[in-house]
Amino acid sequence: MKFSYFPGCSLRGTGRAYEESLLPVMKALGVELQEIEDWNCCGATAYMAVDEVKACVMASRDLALAEKMGNDEVLTPCSACYLVLNKAKHYIEDAPEVSEVVHKSLSTVGLKLTGKVQVRHPLDIIVNKIGLDEVKKRVKRPLTGLKVAPYYGCQIIRPYCTFDDQADPKTMDRLLEALGATVVKFPLKTKCCGGSLTGTLPQVGLRLAYIILKEAKKRQADVISTVCSLCLFNLDSYHDKISSRWEPVAVPTVFFTQLMGLAFGIPEDQLGLNRNILPFRLKELASAR
Amino acid sequence: MKGFGREVMNVPGCEQLEHCIQCGTCSGVCPLSIYMDFSPRQIMAMVRSDFKREVLSSRTIWLCASCYACTVECPRQIRITDIMYELKQRAIQEGFYPKGFSIPVLAREFVNMSRNFGRITESLLVMKLMLKTNPFGAFGMWKLGLGLMRTGRFSMMPESIKGQKDLKKMMETVDQISMDKLRKQTENKVAEQK
Repeated sequence: MKFSYFPGCSLRGTGRAYEESLLPVMKALGVELQEIEDWNCCGATAYMAVDEVKACVMASRDLALAEKMGNDEVLTPCSACYLVLNKAKHYIEDAPEVSEVVHKSLSTVGLKLTGKVQVRHPLDIIVNKIGLDEVKKRVKRPLTGLKVAPYYGCQIIRPYCTFDDQADPKTMDRLLEALGATVVKFPLKTKCCGGSLTGTLPQVGLRLAYIILKEAKKRQADVISTVCSLCLFNLDSYHDKISSRWEPVAVPTVFFTQLMGLAFGIPEDQLGLNRNILPFRLKELASAR
Repeated sequence: MKGFGREVMNVPGCEQLEHCIQCGTCSGVCPLSIYMDFSPRQIMAMVRSDFKREVLSSRTIWLCASCYACTVECPRQIRITDIMYELKQRAIQEGFYPKGFSIPVLAREFVNMSRNFGRITESLLVMKLMLKTNPFGAFGMWKLGLGLMRTGRFSMMPESIKGQKDLKKMMETVDQISMDKLRKQTENKVAEQK
């Protein structure tokens, strides 16, 4: 199986543990990822706030470069990239005035867009295309007894929910169970983590991150599993501030691909687990039990 | 019929606003409405009733974190998040946004960096934002900065792409198209008046 791969800026910055764990996991599953050559920033939520048409043009360059590679699907792990690339596709298909501008500007640099490439999230590809049977076959060290809070965040679920139930997504729950973990009931699984507000208006943004961490603690989760680099950043980086403002809620957060890697028996130091501010140590948890 | 509300409702994606029943579901599901000066429901009513200045200078439109909860819950299929985006763009264009408010500054810095380099280097972006909006607050971030350095996630070198020129050319084409459109509109208006 082969996919074009769009990592996005975050996976080369604060979220590099996501890529570090995604690559060996996909390799173990027999998937080949071909990185889009010279991809650019998708525009994220910020560009849409300044100029929607230009945001679509930014994203269209990535989509056109992906088309040139000849694969039918692009895999993109970051939730914001996933949403923006899909949103741009919708705008280009549905709004003639956007489509006209996009095609004209692409043609000035010799690029073309037909819209045939689909943008998918690794969670969707792993569970719905590769399948949980293939995942189970590769589990060498099941995560037995590990209590995980499945946290999906916003942007892979809303507004386009193409592969799961919008009110109560279960794709990651099923994946974690296939790894042998115990999935705790987590009603806040699709609530907002605060997004970029943790940086711009900390008193507002941090409260949203606190609410999610508090719920995970209440549900006695050992760890929160996330699919987005900004969610991980918000839930991992501000424990000192959250504990001085409200109360300590020291539940670590990791990417779902890191948990997959651990279950597949990939060594911890090859999964970016050293990159957390609040570390997650599976061995210590196991010996405490 | 003219006016601010009509203008917004004519934008692709914002048409459904016309059918708002003021039920308040958007305000109920919004995780940020308690911090807003006007709730999302109020903003919807105010847009429709042409309260342009009040809407464009509100904090509400900037507090929207794009979680899309309102958009998927709205019984009238109003794309509230997209309307908030439309309002943010208008606030920037018309210079209405609240002074010293860091969120629009982040949006602008983000756009500049992604346009100039083709990629975002998060640590540099946050430093720029801090210097512009809250230079003293930057000291409060030292611990996080150190944490990011310790875990190898703090970069001072901007990431960039090879196709910077291509990207620039594409953006210039967009500007050219909108200039042409504007010129045509003005010409049509002048012709109408004659």
